[in-house]
Formats: sequence, structure tokens, C-alpha cells
Amino acid sequence: MRYLVALIIWLCPLGAIAQEWEDQNAFGPASAQTTLRVLSSTDTSLFVPIIEDFLQEQPDVSIEYFVTGTAQIDQVFRAAPEDFDVVISSAMDLQLKLVNDGFSVKIENLDQPQWAQWRQSLFAFTTEPATIVINRAAFAPGAVPQTRQELIAAMRARPDIFRGRVGTYDVRESGLGYLFATQDARSSETFWRLMEVMGGLDARLYCCSGAMIDDLVAGKLMVAYNVLGSYVAARDDVAEKLEIVLPSDFPTTMMRTAFVSSRTDVEDEASAFVRHLVEVQTGPRNREVFPLPPLGSAVDGTGQAVISLEPALMTYLDPLKRRTFIKEWSSAVIQ
Amino acid sequence: MDDGVNVTGSLRARLALTLIGSAAAIAVLLFFVVRTYSAQIAQSGQDSILEASVTSILDAVTLREGDVEVDLPYVAFSMLSTDADDRVFYALWQDETLLSGYELLPVADAPDGGEIVLVSAIFDGAPVRVATAARILVGANDRMRVTVSVAQTQDALAGTLNRISRNVGLIGAGFFILSVLVASWATNTTIRPMERLTNSITRRGPKDLTPVARPVPLEMAPLVASLNSFMARLDTSLKQSEDFIAEAAHRVRTPLATVRSHAEATLQRVEREDNRQALRSMVRAIDESSRAAGQLLDHAMITFRADHLETHEVDLVELVEDLVTRLTPVAEMKDIALTVVSEGEARVEADAILLQNALRNLVENALKYVPEESEITLEVSATPRPRIEVRDEGPGFPPDQMQDLAARFSRGENAKDTIGSGLGLTIAKDVAMAHGGELTLTNMPEGGACVTLLL
Repeated sequence: MRYLVALIIWLCPLGAIAQEWEDQNAFGPASAQTTLRVLSSTDTSLFVPIIEDFLQEQPDVSIEYFVTGTAQIDQVFRAAPEDFDVVISSAMDLQLKLVNDGFSVKIENLDQPQWAQWRQSLFAFTTEPATIVINRAAFAPGAVPQTRQELIAAMRARPDIFRGRVGTYDVRESGLGYLFATQDARSSETFWRLMEVMGGLDARLYCCSGAMIDDLVAGKLMVAYNVLGSYVAARDDVAEKLEIVLPSDFPTTMMRTAFVSSRTDVEDEASAFVRHLVEVQTGPRNREVFPLPPLGSAVDGTGQAVISLEPALMTYLDPLKRRTFIKEWSSAVIQ
Repeated sequence: MDDGVNVTGSLRARLALTLIGSAAAIAVLLFFVVRTYSAQIAQSGQDSILEASVTSILDAVTLREGDVEVDLPYVAFSMLSTDADDRVFYALWQDETLLSGYELLPVADAPDGGEIVLVSAIFDGAPVRVATAARILVGANDRMRVTVSVAQTQDALAGTLNRISRNVGLIGAGFFILSVLVASWATNTTIRPMERLTNSITRRGPKDLTPVARPVPLEMAPLVASLNSFMARLDTSLKQSEDFIAEAAHRVRTPLATVRSHAEATLQRVEREDNRQALRSMVRAIDESSRAAGQLLDHAMITFRADHLETHEVDLVELVEDLVTRLTPVAEMKDIALTVVSEGEARVEADAILLQNALRNLVENALKYVPEESEITLEVSATPRPRIEVRDEGPGFPPDQMQDLAARFSRGENAKDTIGSGLGLTIAKDVAMAHGGELTLTNMPEGGACVTLLL
């Protein structure tokens, strides 16, 4: 029963904060006949252009856009699937499990390659690698680590510089951080050694990429691991201070996904929104207008595949598996 | 062809229907058998993957410090990826307690030995295949039973089955079309000997009653044997009746000659006019009877000789002139002139006796029907086909009966007053046909009949 207690303890705070949105905005005319309720983990600023583009085509629709963390999305949506029409998240595993558990409807007439959709219900619309973001102040030009191994070596070489100034996701809190960590752990043992080194340097743990970037800019962090590079690139005040490193040993690339709730009352409009989202993200477009990274290809330049949309993503969501993984991660990072 | 034949059904149709019907039945059977078999194979494919998945999870179950730990292998679900993105469900049970997974997933009772039980069920509104296996874990103080179930929806399987059904359907249809072609070919091949037999019998001459000699299939042998024996009996019977008629005619003719000579002699001696008149009628009747008997004999002879023609080179002109010489005395009694028209010789390969017979009958016919003091013309020509025309100045043939006149014992409507047997034209026609020629009857525009014997 210990794992159940642990699970409940872990879930309770999430339930309590479920209705406190990170951000909440309404778009479109107040008189609109139909309101689409979009539950998303993506910052509103990145989504505004897409929403406005959609509302131009659908003047009778207004959109309520709720932003919260990936893990919370799963909790909130499972608790009340009828409250939301479209669910958007970067936590592919949680999204896939929601679809697997029958929380979605199929969207016909939306042709996506097999790797970028699941069950014609869950549609990927970005490819975004997890990156190492460094504060240029900590490294001499040309000495920036390009792989996890080099990062480990650099941190070991100058522990004084990095102590208390390295950061990564708190995988207990962040669904995306958990997805990145589990996929890293599958790929290489290096991940565990990196976590141990970071743990030895009193790593700071974060809920989200945005907070890590803020602390990097403020100089509180020298290195952040598994940050969404797209968030850094979307900010124009950071290019001088920060450098994005795509680890060349093995990249872990995530796809943002969206699906339409099976409990929606406005399936046509919700499907149209997802279809529009995918069309904008896959078609030719103006990067100035639409800041979200586009849907790339299944395999990136280094021959590494994106995280596949497949039932295996549910493996690490298993409570027993999760308990084991969190235990190992905690013993490595929280020393 | 089936005039007057009582027809029920058709062998060809029956054979074709049987073959096509059984082909259709086999095609349908093939469809279901192959489809069922393929479905089993496809299902066993899914089953073996589910079994592997369950086994890999069961292997990852360990007991640590009294707690069950399951390090779910990534591959356990990874191997369940399908083209149709089938949904995956699982449940891990420790005795009666759910460790993790889907609590409501239907789970089969699995034996402790790790043997995998597969069942089909409905979960969350979708048909699923569930594989379940159990394992006993023995700890320091207790033993527990861990049950692992993995389930998968059957979308990919359904897709595969649809594809198989479509392909098997096409194969079945192809098989059926091929079978129809083979059936029609087989039907035609089977029916053909029968058609050949029918043709060969239909094409036979009216007098050809020889046995069928061409080879026939075993199954038709009894029919052909019966036919042959029937024709043999018919032939015998015909010959007997011809013989009988000839014998009868022969027997009648000789006593008639005797009676005639007695009548002639009596006529010389009788003085009273009415008696003489009666005797002359008698003589004329005897002549007619004698002539009819002669014709019957001629006919019998022709029937016999027609089957065994004795042909020699004959000059038609000479033959006609010879005949005219012999018949002139008879003609002169009625003041009738017999004229021969010819252009030189007309030589043909023919049976002279038969030709003479035919011509004599034609001329005697003419003599009988033409008025006194008229002329009968016999014209012989060699080109374009050898022919003999007998023209008279009589009343001609009744136009509506011309087709039937050459039949045996058939006489024209206008010949009722004249004594005759009706055999004359029949004899001439039979002779023409025995020589591969024909006999045509026409009326001349200026009156009078014209009979043409073409060789």
C-alpha cells in the first residue's frame, strides 16, 4: 500500500492547485455563439497568432485559453473532461494515455504521417528538442560543452562555479520533465551520471522551462538541462547571455500534441481548430507571425528519431514503474 | 430440328448448370474457409505478441523486502504498436489487489504455472483480446500470486481481415469465372459427339439406312447400337415390302397378258356392238393394270439399282432416239408425233437402263395426258448440264400441286379421268436423284407441260 499512499500524497497538491491557472485568456467576440475551451501547456504568447488566425476564419467562435502544467492538465482533464474541448500538451505520454483511455474523438480528413498522429485522434504539431542552455558567463568562448559527457566533465572540473547554479526539471512535478528524463534514461546511462553530478552540485529543480530561463537570465543559473530551446529562441532579450546547445550525443525530441475531447459539445469547431493548428504548423508560414517551432521530420539531421507516439509511452506512467524511477531519480538528484 | 419431338430439359444446360453451380458453391466455400483460416492466423499473430508482452512483464515482477516490484519493460508495450494504432490496456494484480493498470479490464483465470490464457472481450466499448498469465512469488513470510493481463483492441486485425476478405473475394471470383469458362468448354466437348452424330444422320440421303460407322464415345454406344439395329430392321422391312410389291406385280402381269390375249381373240369373234364395246374397255383396263404393274416393277428395280448404280458412258441422244423408235407405234395409235431435238452427241456417265426407264415413264405419261394429233418433243442438250426435256401440248400441271406430284402415288387433280398409278414422275425423280441430278416440273407459257430431267 505504500505506493498508493505515495501516489495520493503526490496527487493531492496537484488537485488542490488544479483550478489556479498559470494563465487564462479569452479571444474573439463576447457575443460568439460557440466558445472553444482550450486546455494547454503552451504559453499563451506562443499561441496567440494561431488563435487569432483561426478566429478570423471562424468569426462566430470565441476561445478560452487555459494554461497550466502538463501534469496538471492530465489531472484536471481526467477529473472533468466535459469542461474542455481541445487539449494541448507537450507531455506526449500523458496525451497518448488520455487518447488510449478513450478521452478523444477521431478527426477525419486530417492527413498526417503515421509518426505524427495516433489513432487519427492525437496530432503532433511541433518538433522541439530538449536542449542544454548555458550562461555564456560560465564558459570561455569555444569551451562550451557539446555533449552530456562534456557537460559532466565541465561541472566536475569547476564545482565552485556550478554549485547551486545548475538546474533541471523536477520530474515529480513536471510531466514534460518526466517524459524527457525517462526517454533520456532509456537512451543512455550517461543520464544517470549527469543527474548524480548535478545532484552533487545541489541542483535547483523547476516546474517549467520558462522559470529556468528566467533564472539563467538573472544569473542564478549557469547551466540548465533539458530546457525547451524553442522557449529560449522565442525570447529576444536573452541571445547575448544564453547559448542553446543541442546535445550531439543523443538529442531527445518532443512533439507537442493536441486532441479533441470526446465529451465536447462543439466537436466540429474543436476539430476545425486542431485541423487549423496542424495546417498552420505544417504548411509554409511566416516565422515572424507564428513563433511556435514547426512540425519537422520524423528523423532529425543526426539520425535520431523523435519520441514515437506509441503505446510504449505508457510504460513509465505505470505507478509502479514511476515509483521506481522517481526513487532512483531522487536518490541521484536530491542527495 | 425438334419438330414433333417431346423435349424436356437440356443436357447442355443441365451439365453447364451443374458445373457452374458447383463452381459457385466451391468458390463460396473457398472464400469462407480461407477467410476463417486467415482470421485464425491473423489472430494467432496478435495472440503471440500479446503472449510475449505478458511474459516480458511477468518476468519483470520481483519481490523486494516483501514488496512486489514491477519494472515494466518498455518493450512490453512497444511491441504492441500497430499500423492502426491499437489501444493497449493492462492490469497487474497481487492476489485480489490491483497493483496498477486498468481495474475494470476483464481478466481470465490463469493457472499458476505461467501458462497464458487468451480471451476475447469488450472493454470500454471496444472488442479486445486479453492475454493473462499468473506467477506465484514466495517471500520470507508469505506467498502471493501476481496476475498480469495485457489487452489490445483489434483495429489492425480488422483491417487485415478486411484486406484478406477483399483478396480472397477476388480470388474466389476469379476461380468462379475460370470455372465458368472450363464448364462451358467441358459442356461443348461433351455435347459435340452427339451433335456430330445428329449432323451425320440429318445429312443422310432418304434411302441411306446403313449403320453409323463413325466412332462414338462409350456412353453413346448403346444409343448408336440401338439406332443401327433399328435402321437395319427398317431396311430389311423396306426391302421386304419392295420385294413383295415387285413379286406381286410380276405375278399379276403374266396372267393379265393371258387375259388380254383372250380378250383380243374374243373381240375378233364377237359381232354385237355393245359386246365389242365392253371387250374394248376390258382390254384398255387390262392395259392400264399391266402398265401399273410394270411401273411398280420399274420402281422396285430403281430402288434396288439406285443403291448400286452400274454406270457406263451413254449417249443421251442415241438413248432418246432408241426409245422414240420403240414408242412410235403406241404414239401413232393416237396420232401423236414424237420429235427429238438435239445438237450432236450428249455423252454422260449413267446407268442406261435406269435412264431408259425414267424417260419411258415420262413419255408414257405425256402420251396419256395429251390430246390426239399433237406433238411431244424430246430435247437433249449437253450444256451447261446434261439434260433431257420432255414437252407436250397437254393441259399442263395444276400449278398449286407441282411440288407434290413427284411423290409416290400422287396424281394431279386434272388427271382423275385418266387411268394411272401416279408412279411415273416418282420413278423419273428417283432416277435423277440417284444420278445426283434433279427433276423439275414447269408449265410452258403457251400451254403444255415440260418435265426436265437434269443429270
